[in-house]
Amino acid sequence: MGTGQRRFEDRIVYGIASPTGGHRAVNFRLNAPYVQMYGIVKRFPGVLACDHVDFDVRRGELHALLGENGAGKSTLMRILYGLYQPEEGRILRDGAEVTIHSPTDAIRQGIGMIHQHFMLVDTLTVTENVALGLKSSREPLLDLGRVEAGIRELSEAYGLQIDPRAPVWTLSVGERQRVEIMKALYRGAAMLILDEPTAVLTPQEVDELFVTLGYMKENGYSLVLISHKLQEVLAISDRITVLREGRLVGTVPTEEMTRHELARMMVGRDVMLERTRDDEIDVGDVKLRLKDVRAHDVTGQPALRGVSLSVQSSEILGVAGISGNGQRELAEVIAGLRPLSGGSVEMDGMPITDWTTARRTESGLAYIPEERMHDGIVRDFAVSENLVLQEHTSEKFSNGIFLAFDYIARYSRQMIQDFYIKTPDIRTMTRNLSGGNIQRLILARELSRQPKVLVAAQPTRGIDIGAIEYIYQQLLEQRDKGMATLLISEDLDELLALCDRIAVIFEGQIMDILDRDETTAEGLGLLMAGVHPEKQ
Amino acid sequence: MNTRLYLAKLIDLLLPVLAMVIALVVGVLLLFLLGTDPFEAYSALIRGALGNISGITQTLTKATPLLLVGLGICIAFRGGVINIGGEGQIVVGALAATAFGVGFGNLPALILLPLTLISGAAAGLIWGGIPGLLKARLGVNEILTTVMMNQIALRLMNFLLRGPMLDPEHVAAGTSIPQSATLPESIWLTRLVPRTLFHSGAILAVLLALAVYFLLWRTTIGYRIRAVGLNPHASRYAGIPVAKYVTLSLALSGMLCGLAGAVEVLGVHHRMLEGLSGGYGFSGIVAALFGKLHPLGAIPASALFGALLVGADKMQRAVQVPSALAIALQGLVVLFVVSSDLYVRRRTRRRVGDDGSGGPDNGPPAAEGEKREAIAEV
Repeated sequence: MGTGQRRFEDRIVYGIASPTGGHRAVNFRLNAPYVQMYGIVKRFPGVLACDHVDFDVRRGELHALLGENGAGKSTLMRILYGLYQPEEGRILRDGAEVTIHSPTDAIRQGIGMIHQHFMLVDTLTVTENVALGLKSSREPLLDLGRVEAGIRELSEAYGLQIDPRAPVWTLSVGERQRVEIMKALYRGAAMLILDEPTAVLTPQEVDELFVTLGYMKENGYSLVLISHKLQEVLAISDRITVLREGRLVGTVPTEEMTRHELARMMVGRDVMLERTRDDEIDVGDVKLRLKDVRAHDVTGQPALRGVSLSVQSSEILGVAGISGNGQRELAEVIAGLRPLSGGSVEMDGMPITDWTTARRTESGLAYIPEERMHDGIVRDFAVSENLVLQEHTSEKFSNGIFLAFDYIARYSRQMIQDFYIKTPDIRTMTRNLSGGNIQRLILARELSRQPKVLVAAQPTRGIDIGAIEYIYQQLLEQRDKGMATLLISEDLDELLALCDRIAVIFEGQIMDILDRDETTAEGLGLLMAGVHPEKQ
Repeated sequence: MNTRLYLAKLIDLLLPVLAMVIALVVGVLLLFLLGTDPFEAYSALIRGALGNISGITQTLTKATPLLLVGLGICIAFRGGVINIGGEGQIVVGALAATAFGVGFGNLPALILLPLTLISGAAAGLIWGGIPGLLKARLGVNEILTTVMMNQIALRLMNFLLRGPMLDPEHVAAGTSIPQSATLPESIWLTRLVPRTLFHSGAILAVLLALAVYFLLWRTTIGYRIRAVGLNPHASRYAGIPVAKYVTLSLALSGMLCGLAGAVEVLGVHHRMLEGLSGGYGFSGIVAALFGKLHPLGAIPASALFGALLVGADKMQRAVQVPSALAIALQGLVVLFVVSSDLYVRRRTRRRVGDDGSGGPDNGPPAAEGEKREAIAEV
């Protein structure tokens, strides 16, 4: 497959060889309108997700779509990608009206989508994943060689470093995302919709992604970036469209905007973006201590190689690090979900290394897992059932055999109120809640136990601004009340804002633990990359 | 709940019935090809199943084991395990009940009856528990193990009914019909309608349906079973011993099927004989699906399916179509019911968005969640 390209002034002519042979010549002017959506209305039972929204994308532009959870931006793009059908509205491509009934149609129109959660088959190679669903040129035989060659070409053209022969399970998150992009490009997409692409990337990977997106823009691709991250949106987009509660707030050129103005557009009020912290609170006793902890990951490789740290009461200790350096195992070891192969864990002075999760929970441990949908809640349980997930056997909620239905209902209603969980009813299935509200549910569940120690892993990943604000508030409040928190996060800004001390983990070991006043983002970045400043 | 949602829920509940009707409509085609008048055939079916006391009682008699097995399947599926071992569990339950009932025949009925039922249930519990343990401890696929246990049960039955459990009267007379001695009359389940086979086991089954409902939604055990079935990872974090509950789900499922066997023996045949399980182990699964895997739904579902079984049989005799047609009709019904369920789920997915991001608060798509066999970690 090849992309022959010639540039005439500001026109780009390029021919895309489609995977099944043949050529498709595309000829357009940069910044010409490409895809336009007018008056889109989308209703779900009980809510108007899109209320007469207009949205357009030009050739060679990176257009960011900004909004809180429930604002309608994902819905809008899913309509464009054929996953939903709008009740009203028109979609035009190059000025001609089109209807998109399914992702297949969308791809045919040149629209590709990169989802937040990848749709790759781990056991197959990159080539096989890209070829999945496509017709072979030599049906019924495979022609993976051809696909591989095509991948290498695209790889070079857009700086997407991937080894086509690598099995996907060996790839990092950033690399997997590249495979997803490759899939779309290979299918002849001229426009890519990226849904929260940086949520799962390290700072380096984010930079690499942005470079790639830059190349693509230059080559005439249109890019739509769905994001919550104001900084990024301001850094790389050409225009920004803000949605709020299903309605279009406005479409503005990026160069005219600031973070605060965007936040105000998103939320309709001024948002506290600099997390100011009060005067120092005195820290108390050590509530959590890890001594030379060693553990293996799921594949049996050593993941923690002698981690030692301690967290005191009224303190937030952050753990910074590039994803995949042992953070997951660290959280699981403390929560009791992963056995140690060496070392010990103590909580409140007591050795808990051999304790079950249940016992740790009872003794005052709280855990907010990284993958909340996977490990934190049961999606098909009602909200009330999830709120009592850990404590369903405690005396409050059961008499040993029977669940105390009425009490659970009252408790749930109280929690929903106290923690601002937005849900129509306590019996609503949890899967119908937005990410931010699910996190509030988990927070409510964990914090209402007044835990001594909280382990929070990536608590604000993929969450809207309103919920993030709230989570920070809660963490700080609990800290002031004496809770010891271990905050594992890939968001350096978050760590710098909330933590009293920050530890950096690299390849399963703690590089250093610094006081907040001593740290800078650059300093942390170096440690995260395994570079110890003193040893050179 | 607003009217629109309510209506949607209602349609969702009635869908299996609709599916069944459509299946029968397709059956019309088959009947045409056989040169039979479909109208005559279907009216024979309906009359046969529901037209007279005989038909209705036969329907309800068949519905009883269907309900019990269906309840077992509800528990299993909700617990995240698949129990195809109903046949075998029914057989061992019947064998155990017979052995106990005959062996301790001189005990007073007040003690003997409950103990006989319990022995049937216990046998089923073990028969289901073994695949459960194998899955929980060693990750062995329960579809395979339960099916294999069926075979073991059948061979066991063949051996026992021709040997140690053969009716001594047959042995004396020199005939060797493979069936056991008759159980003491004192523990035969009372016939609810004279001169029919409809027995009080049906009442027991309905009471158990209520009990299973209570178990699953009102007790901690049921909560855990459902949690493990829906998300073993979160359950682990919640401190629920996943392995234990996987085993328990299969064991309870087997227990209900074993009880079905015991009930068939005590209520219908009054002895153990070959063919007692009559395919209930499999049709019970269909009845459970019909009832949307809800114990209370299994009650009407098993009655409906029972009607289908009885009616098809009567129809086949009335209009002289091959017996295979009755089986074909049942197959069509299963096909349509299962497809309707899939269809509805796809429609909902399109309208509301897949993987939990749908509905009022439309957030970022929820985790696709690699459905790793969580049991392997257990």
